[in-house]
Amino acid sequence: MDLMGFFLETEFWMACIRMATPLIFGTLGELVCERAGVVNLGIEGIMAAGCMGGWMWVYLGGSLWGGIVFAAFVGALFGLLHSLFTVYLGLSQHVTGLGITMLGSSLSTYVFRMLLPKATTPPKIIPFQTLDIPFFKDIPFLEQIIFSQTTLTYLAFAAIIMVAFILFKTPLGLALRMVGENPLAVEAQGLSVFYLRTLAVCAGSAMMAVGGAFLTMSAFDAYYIGMVNGRGWICIALVVFSSWKPSKALAGCLLFAAFDAIQMRVQQQAGMAIPTSFIS
Amino acid sequence: MLMIKGALGSKFTVSETLTRATPLIFTGLAAAVAFRAKLWNIGAEGQFYIGACVAVLLGTRGEMLSPFVMIPYLFAAGALAGGLFLLVPTFLKTHLNVDEVVTTLLLNFVVLLFVNWLVFGPWKDPMSMGWPQSEPVLDSAILPVLMAKTRFHLGFVIAVLSAVFVWWFMAKTTWGFEIRAVGSSIKASTFAGMPVNKTIIRTALISGGLAAMAGVSELCGVKGYLTTDLSPGFGYTGIVVAMLAALHPLGVVASALFVAIIYIGADSMSRAINISNYIADVTTAVSLLSVLVAVFLTRYRIKRG
Repeated sequence: MDLMGFFLETEFWMACIRMATPLIFGTLGELVCERAGVVNLGIEGIMAAGCMGGWMWVYLGGSLWGGIVFAAFVGALFGLLHSLFTVYLGLSQHVTGLGITMLGSSLSTYVFRMLLPKATTPPKIIPFQTLDIPFFKDIPFLEQIIFSQTTLTYLAFAAIIMVAFILFKTPLGLALRMVGENPLAVEAQGLSVFYLRTLAVCAGSAMMAVGGAFLTMSAFDAYYIGMVNGRGWICIALVVFSSWKPSKALAGCLLFAAFDAIQMRVQQQAGMAIPTSFIS
Repeated sequence: MLMIKGALGSKFTVSETLTRATPLIFTGLAAAVAFRAKLWNIGAEGQFYIGACVAVLLGTRGEMLSPFVMIPYLFAAGALAGGLFLLVPTFLKTHLNVDEVVTTLLLNFVVLLFVNWLVFGPWKDPMSMGWPQSEPVLDSAILPVLMAKTRFHLGFVIAVLSAVFVWWFMAKTTWGFEIRAVGSSIKASTFAGMPVNKTIIRTALISGGLAAMAGVSELCGVKGYLTTDLSPGFGYTGIVVAMLAALHPLGVVASALFVAIIYIGADSMSRAINISNYIADVTTAVSLLSVLVAVFLTRYRIKRG
C-alpha cells in the first residue's frame, strides 16, 4: 500500500474538502448552540432529517435550492422543539437531545418508507454539479482541489466566516456568547434568555440540517437509511476539539475529513479507531 | 389495537416480547443507575458489545465447565469488563473534568468498529460460509430456554432479579443513598462528607456492568455468536426505557415490556397491514419526549406569595 503516494493526488485532496463540508455545517451549528449554552445532542437526528427532507423535496419535483431551504426549515423546526424542551421547560439537555435524535432519524426513515414504499434500489435525483470559479481555475493543482467543488462547499466556507463574524464582531454575537456564559447577566441587561437561546438553537439546527442535505444533494444523489452514519456525533467531538472557535473548527473538520478520505482509499475500517484521542 | 394483538396475541408473540424486553431491562437499569448520579452514560451500546465480546472470548473455551458454573462466570466476567470499560470516561470526568457525554458516545463507535474488525478478522468463524460472525459459544454457555419452541430464555429471569437487586441497592443501602445524593447535589454531598468521586466511580462500575450483562444475555440467549447487528440500538433504547420509568429500577421492567410491545407489535403490524416497522422508532421517540414533558408537569407548582 503506497500511503504516501496519494497525498500527492488531487483526488485525495478534493475528497478531503468534499467530505469536510457536512462536518463544517454540523460543527458550526453545534458550535452556535453551545456558545448560547445549549448542548444539542439532537444533531445526528437533525442531520438525518435534513438529509431526507432536502432530497425528498427535490425528488418530488422541487428545485435544488428549494430543497436546501426546506432542509434548513426542517432543521429549524427540530431546533425549535429542542429549545422549547430545554430552554422553556428547562428539561435535561442530554436526554432531550437524544430524544430529538431518535425522533429525527426514525421520522426520516419512516417518512421515506411511507412516501416510497416500493423502492428497492434507492431512487436518484440530479444533485448539485461542480462549479468552477472562472478566474481561479487556472491556478495549477489548487484549481481542482479548492475551486472545483459544488456550491454547497463554497457556502460552507462562507458560513465559517459569517458565523465567526456574527459571533465575535456584532452585538447579536456578543449577546449570544453572553447567554452561554452568564444567563443572569443577560436578564440584567434586559434581553430575553429564552429568545436568544431559541434563536441560536434554531439557527444552529438549520445549519446542521443543511450539512445533512449536502450528503444527499451534493456528495451523492440518493437517500439511504443510516446515511448520516455518526457524522453528527463526530461534529460534537469536533466542537470540543475546536475549543468553540469557528476557525479551529475548520482545521478539525479538514483533519477528520482527511481520515475519512484515507479510509476510503485504504478500504479498511481503521479511520474511526482514532477519534477517542481527540476528546479532552 | 393491532399492535397489542401482534405483541401479546399468542404464546409465541408473548415470548418474543419478553425476549425483546430482556436486554432492554438491563440497559434501562444501566441508564437508570447512572442518570440517578447525573453520570450521563450514553455508552450502553458500547458496553453491551464489550459484554458480548467477553462472552465469546470466554464462552468458546473451557469445555469442562458445567452450565451452572459457566453462565454465572460469563455474566460476572462480562459485567466486570463493561464496568471497567466505563471507568475510562469516568476517570476522565472525575480527574480531568472531561464531558462524559461525548466520550461515552464516541466510544460506542470505537467498540462497534472493534467488533467489526473482530468478526471480519481474527474471530471469524471458518464454518460460517463467509458471513462475518464469530464462532458460536459452547453449549454449556447457552442460556436455557424457558418455554418450549420459543426464544424466551433464562436471561429474562436474571434481568428481573437484577432489577430487584438494583432497587434494593439504590433504596436500602448506604452506597445507593450516596449515589442518589451525589445526583441531587454534588455540593451538598461533599459538605456531608461523602466520597463524591468514589461514588461516581462505583456508579460507573454498576452501570457499565449492567449494560454489559445485556450483551452477555443477548449473545448467550438469542444469537449464540457475535455479529455487528447483535444490538439494534439496545443501548440507546435503554435510555428511553429508563426515562419512561422515571429512573425507578422496578419501573424499568414495566417500561422495558412497554417498549418491547411497541417493537414486536410494529413488526407484526408491518406484516399484517404493510405499515413500515420504523413506526416503532417514531413511537418510542415520541413517548420519550412526552414523558419528559409529563415529568415536568408533575413537578409544576404555582408559587404563592
